[in-house]
Amino acid sequence: MLEYVWLIPLFPFIGFLINGLLGKRLGKGVVSVVGPSAIGLSFLTSILIFFELIQRPPGERLFEKVLFDWVVSGSFQTVIGYQIDPLSILMALVVTGVSFFIHIYSVGYMHDDPGYTRYFTYLNLFVFMMLNLVLANNFLLMFVGWEGVGLCSYLLIGFWYEKDSASNAGKKAFVVNRVGDFGFILGMFLLFTSLGQHGIWTLDFTEVFANVGKLDTATATAIALLLFVGACGKSAQIPLYVWLPDAMEGPTPVSSLIHAATMVTAGVYMVARCSILYNMAPIAMAVVAIVGCATAIFTASIGFCQYDIKKILAYSTISQLGYMFLAVGVGAYAAGIFHLMTHAFFKGLLFLGAGSVMHALSGELDIRKMGALRKKIPITFVTFFIATLAIAGIPGLSGFFSKDEILWMAFSSQRGHFLLWLVAAVAAGMTAFYMFRALFMAFFGESRVDHHVAHHIHESPKIMTIPLMVLAFLSIVGGYVGVPHVLGGANHIHEFLAPVVGNGPPVKAHASFSLIQEAWAAGAGGEHSATLELLLMAVSVVIALIGIGIAYFLYLKNPALPKMLAQRWRGLYQLVSNKYYVDELYQVLFVNSLKNLGRGLWKGFDDLVIDGTVNGIAYLIGWLSGVMRKVQTGLVQNYAFSIVLGGLILVIYYIIRGFF
Amino acid sequence: MWVVPTIPPALYLMLSGILFTIGVIGALTRRNAIVVFMCIELMLNAVNLTFITLSRFLQSVDGVIFAFFVMAVAAAEAAVGLAIFVMLYRSRETINVDEVNLLKW
Repeated sequence: MLEYVWLIPLFPFIGFLINGLLGKRLGKGVVSVVGPSAIGLSFLTSILIFFELIQRPPGERLFEKVLFDWVVSGSFQTVIGYQIDPLSILMALVVTGVSFFIHIYSVGYMHDDPGYTRYFTYLNLFVFMMLNLVLANNFLLMFVGWEGVGLCSYLLIGFWYEKDSASNAGKKAFVVNRVGDFGFILGMFLLFTSLGQHGIWTLDFTEVFANVGKLDTATATAIALLLFVGACGKSAQIPLYVWLPDAMEGPTPVSSLIHAATMVTAGVYMVARCSILYNMAPIAMAVVAIVGCATAIFTASIGFCQYDIKKILAYSTISQLGYMFLAVGVGAYAAGIFHLMTHAFFKGLLFLGAGSVMHALSGELDIRKMGALRKKIPITFVTFFIATLAIAGIPGLSGFFSKDEILWMAFSSQRGHFLLWLVAAVAAGMTAFYMFRALFMAFFGESRVDHHVAHHIHESPKIMTIPLMVLAFLSIVGGYVGVPHVLGGANHIHEFLAPVVGNGPPVKAHASFSLIQEAWAAGAGGEHSATLELLLMAVSVVIALIGIGIAYFLYLKNPALPKMLAQRWRGLYQLVSNKYYVDELYQVLFVNSLKNLGRGLWKGFDDLVIDGTVNGIAYLIGWLSGVMRKVQTGLVQNYAFSIVLGGLILVIYYIIRGFF
Repeated sequence: MWVVPTIPPALYLMLSGILFTIGVIGALTRRNAIVVFMCIELMLNAVNLTFITLSRFLQSVDGVIFAFFVMAVAAAEAAVGLAIFVMLYRSRETINVDEVNLLKW
């Protein structure tokens, strides 16, 4: 079965071709079958391959299938090949699984859209590209997927292209991603040439990571940082996060699939994939962790003052991505990937829930115009509630296990720091607060729905609610693959990923008996760190509960209070609700200055210098011709005279020459 | 015995030069197209005279052959040229070369 790994990306590609080339002719019915079933087949293949892979002993869980040569140029050679190892198959499972349910949901959600066929064409292409990204066995093919998902993201953000804001958001996403991609390309080049100096001209993962130890620390740091710039762009981290909130202009299932569950996590996957490289570069690791941590708290605070339900979820996504980067930054790659997986479930679900709310309210996004939806759309409410509990880190749900593990790692890892833990824990409380704020405002309290909308609020059809229920189920149980040892779990996901990303970071002295680390080796854990871990766990739960409590107090008990607080700290409120004016700052710093530079080059250089030179030569020739053409008098005798004159000159010349 | 005095070739060449010069001056200064044309014929004949003289002087028939060529060309030229002048007169009612000056900027 491992031989057939190429089927995983092939199915979505076939789906893309059928929908794209024949979709209009085949009609909606066929498209609704082809789109989801292409993904379903590749999900099925992934499951089969997964089960075959786990039957192998952990040390042998690596399989590469080279399909054909792609670029062969001198000593440089790249293939189209796919690689199956625990990390890539886990990603493939998450991508195909979540995509499958979101495709099904989309059949209901997009049903009346005129661009139905186009939508599924793009969506299938996206999954194909995403699978290339996660299954590639070399950097170059990964980069193809990397760019491909960026393209699909652009196409799908601007799906309703006749809307100005949507097409602008698409462009913004594309341009900001381009900045990151530039870093990624440079990182690849640097990796390629610096390994080449050791005689290894390759971009193949296995060979690169086998030889990356030959690089010196400075080079490794530079490569790691450049690659991280790419990750910042794709995964919306400070300073390149600005495109993601705007990306909510796309259809809601797209936000769910691309901008929450899969594409934006590509950066985390890439860092985990390059874990060997990052382990060599402590400074780069620290940068990753700090950027992740800063993003987590910064964007969580923006979420406080947003009223657009999708925007809240977008900022929450950025914040959660920050968590994942914090995890990989402190060396806890498995924890980062674990959170990536659980986040795909609950954040995908939250977006689909928001889509269902919009469906019920004729497209309303503003949580100030919702309220009391709990009774009217019960399935949406229950699933949304489960996802909110999961993201808030309530014990027992998936988000709790993954988030707590990140917090614990941020604290205990040698690369971690108490401050990282503190900031992340506060951000976790803030997450709980703004998520419950959205939940309370949308589903509880009094109805503030517009009258003409209110009377036809309805629950979404089954085709939309079933994916919600499946994802809700996954949001609950998804965490149980990674129950930490301190809670009596086995932490399967760590064991599973260990062959690719290592056994996790070395721990600090005071936590040297951390169960996560030593339980395998020593078979027993020290009392001290186990207590500490449990204590920190309790602290983070308490912080989350405090966040929920504040949200309850402010938005259910005293709904008038938030407005008063906003009045009281008007300046602060303005600052936060305007997203710290970051967009405006970028507008001034980069957009306008680039525009001015462009205008300057256009007016100053192109118009004056280039056009001036070209036109000047033309004018000069024209003027000279004007002078010269006076010679043409039209009188035949004048011409004859010049002939005679020429003859005379020749004669005189020969006579004079004869004398000498 | 009647003795023909030998005329040295230089005199022929001088005559030819004089004829050519008259032709040039005429062609450049006269306004009547036909006179200009006749002056050109005069120049051609001056050249013919040179050809014949040198042919004789060099004991070669090449010059004579060239003279025949020139005469043939001159005849053809006369036919075409006079036809042009007839057409010109019909359209412009003049054959004054000063008034025929459209071929210019």
